[in-house]
Amino acid sequence: MTATAADRLAQIVAQGVIDADLNVVVPGHATLLPYLPEYWQEQIAQTGFKGAPDTSYPAGAETTARPDATPAQGPAGSDLALLRQQALDPWNTQVGILTCAYAVESIHNPDGAAAMASAVNDWLIAEWLDREPRLRASIVVPSQQPEMAAREIDRVGGHPGFVQVYLPVRAEAPYGNRRYLPMIEAAVRHDLALGIGFGGAPPTPPTPSGWPSYYLEEWAGMASIFQSQLMNLIFEGVFDRFPALRVVLIEGGFTWLPALLWRWDKEWKGLRPQTPWVKRPPSEYVHKHVRLTTQPWDAPPTEAQFLQIIDQLGSDDLLLFSTDYPHWQYETAEEALPPSGLPEGLINKIMRENARSFYHF
Amino acid sequence: MPLDPTNDVRRVVAGRVDEIPPGTRKLIVPFRGRAGIGVFNVNGDYHALRNLCPHKLGPLCTGRVSGRPVAAAPPSAYLGLPEIERDGEIIRCPWHLWEFDIATGECLVDPQMRVKTYPVAIEEGSVVVYANIADLPPLPPNRVVAHEEVTSI
Repeated sequence: MTATAADRLAQIVAQGVIDADLNVVVPGHATLLPYLPEYWQEQIAQTGFKGAPDTSYPAGAETTARPDATPAQGPAGSDLALLRQQALDPWNTQVGILTCAYAVESIHNPDGAAAMASAVNDWLIAEWLDREPRLRASIVVPSQQPEMAAREIDRVGGHPGFVQVYLPVRAEAPYGNRRYLPMIEAAVRHDLALGIGFGGAPPTPPTPSGWPSYYLEEWAGMASIFQSQLMNLIFEGVFDRFPALRVVLIEGGFTWLPALLWRWDKEWKGLRPQTPWVKRPPSEYVHKHVRLTTQPWDAPPTEAQFLQIIDQLGSDDLLLFSTDYPHWQYETAEEALPPSGLPEGLINKIMRENARSFYHF
Repeated sequence: MPLDPTNDVRRVVAGRVDEIPPGTRKLIVPFRGRAGIGVFNVNGDYHALRNLCPHKLGPLCTGRVSGRPVAAAPPSAYLGLPEIERDGEIIRCPWHLWEFDIATGECLVDPQMRVKTYPVAIEEGSVVVYANIADLPPLPPNRVVAHEEVTSI
């Protein structure tokens, strides 16, 4: 660490940041018991059902948690005191947005999925939002049952702590599909963004050509699913149907975006008649409706190359700073900062202003 | 636009009025090896376009003439199919399918693009185009002209 990098970090931290991705982890089904209705408490006692069995973050994977983030009890990301000490305080975080990737989509019983989602949301309210005013959170929904997801959004969407609906990027069908309309309509009704995040445990494999053998493939290959989801939202006309809809891509990287924007704009000119409801070049929808969190970024080897890619995004509004705490994406805080070669105004936008205006903070 | 021929502007007789009835077109190649002109009868109004797409220099005027699919909203269970508006007023370049307004030359998918248009007049039963030679650049190499659609004059 050079003195210059440390000075720069101190200067940015002094102004405060908005952290668009803090991961919170449910320690286990016992945590949720007090938040479950009597029927599901009984089901758990009687049948051994333990809620969502799947996670996109294997406990032993090096990216899952920085070494110091695991509390005395429970998994990394389950302890508010550690979150304050390791993320909120050192970054001088003004607002931090919690995402909880509790995999309700892996629960095949629709009522069970909905009950567990509700319990997670009530747990988020009681044990995180009510205790820490700097935090906001994402609503966990049974997205595989869009009408039940809409009901859950209506139930808690009025809580001022919730700023978005969390959707795992892996899904049974892409989110522009008409089956999801009730869910998206509910998010828009409550002025909530859709936070589409890394992972998910639907019944379908994590690549369109089947199951890969190794975690690295799933981890690094997730970018292609973000691309499919984004393309589908645009061309199914979701942004035309809901002009107020806001979408945040979380933990998906962003260096892949420029090439797709070019390709979409090019093909749209000739193929527009197939989707005449898409009235503007696709890149304009992305610039208006979509934001991307910064960590983990798939940055090129040199800063000069990185600056080119950020320029190629075609807008200064797109990137939202995130630590992705407690996932282990970088060794020192300086490495999580945008490149120093960017104009100061753009750095300020990435560190806080873009999130402030997009989430209406 | 003046309709009197000058040194540069040529008076090109595209054909008799009844040769180009509504809904049809005629392609003319006034100078061998140069981009031609497409003369279109859209609902009784004649329009002339340079047969050179401003995108990649494709033979624009040989493309399909049709309308433009439009939709008030994305499809749903409660909404019908997209409608076709301005049927017969739009031409799509056969190379990349970009849409152009035949009457104005405007490209409907890229406001930066426009195909050259020429004044057309009906003179003594003939359709007459006033075209500037400088506006008819040499054809790019490998450009194939569909001969059955071309009348050399």
